[in-house]
Amino acid sequence: MAELRQQLLVLHLHTPDLNSHVVAWAMYDGTGQKRYTTGDSETPPYNSVVEAMQDGWRVIQFPQQFPAYPGMEYNTSYLRFEYILEKLEEI
Amino acid sequence: MVDKQHLLTTEQMASFVADGYLRFDDFIPDELNKAAHEEMASGMSVRGGGGTVLDNVWHDESAVGKVFRLPKVQGIVQSLVGENPLYDHHAVHIVRPQSEHGQIWHADAIIDIRMHFDIQFFYFSHDTPREMGGTMILPGSHFRRVCETDVARYQNFLGQHPIVCNAGTLVVVHHGMWHCAQPNLTEDTRYMFKLRLNPTVRQLKLWNTDDIDTGGIRGILSRNHRWYGNDVRLEIVNRIKLWRFLIGDESYDVGYWLSRLENMPENVPHVA
Repeated sequence: MAELRQQLLVLHLHTPDLNSHVVAWAMYDGTGQKRYTTGDSETPPYNSVVEAMQDGWRVIQFPQQFPAYPGMEYNTSYLRFEYILEKLEEI
Repeated sequence: MVDKQHLLTTEQMASFVADGYLRFDDFIPDELNKAAHEEMASGMSVRGGGGTVLDNVWHDESAVGKVFRLPKVQGIVQSLVGENPLYDHHAVHIVRPQSEHGQIWHADAIIDIRMHFDIQFFYFSHDTPREMGGTMILPGSHFRRVCETDVARYQNFLGQHPIVCNAGTLVVVHHGMWHCAQPNLTEDTRYMFKLRLNPTVRQLKLWNTDDIDTGGIRGILSRNHRWYGNDVRLEIVNRIKLWRFLIGDESYDVGYWLSRLENMPENVPHVA
């Protein structure tokens, strides 16, 4: 039986809508074939989460949404609409 | 006090508030670039103690000392952090030849909730083509409240800006700027001199304010950065707050943003 390893694709979206466009992205390769790094691409691999799903990526994490803590309504920090997707690859 | 001609303009200050950085290409004379490069390559640059007055850190013959004593560099310093800032630290950032992996994204500080800000200079003493790096910055990331490498799992953003430049380029960033060293795929070692400075005076109209009433400021402060997504309006609020602090006017607005929120409808109509 073939051994499978996980490929992870992290897409950050403009809004929580899975059709909205990608503003940031990262990839992690569990097969050991490739090591992705900062600044390694200027355009995202997909325009939206839905487009990635249509190419066979499975969504494994949705960002939860919380109201701002009192007093923190205008603070910004991490990218809020982060979706994690996977593909399983044979090695 | 440096001559007024060397101070930043109001438009440049607004760009710094909106983008978190200013870039000055081909800014440092070549003979100083060569001397500074040699100083870095030989490990000769003197390190000061954190909190030392900047003027006391480097002796007269130090090449990097000469760079930061240039009147046009002093003009940037004075505009952003005042006449006698403190030296926080410096670092000679070295990326060895054939380094294939970029540094992780990070900011250079724990969360600092003050409106007062430090600046960091990135000085490139030699030509830095893309295959050599250089430092990647994320314009507009300076208000984000993150601690150091909390942002390390990110890799790419729309609008990320690799500093690809000629020798003698100087970039100044707000201390909150997200950045990372980029791979160096060449056969040469890459050097970048980073210097952090702390203000000692209230950061209030320290630049050349001759153009303070120019109409372009609101447009600059309203700029979008594509990676913001839905957060762009929150970032505009952050900029308005910093701009109010810098110009000493708590009523400033770029439109009807904070002033709408500050309208408190508490008047009770008189009932006969």
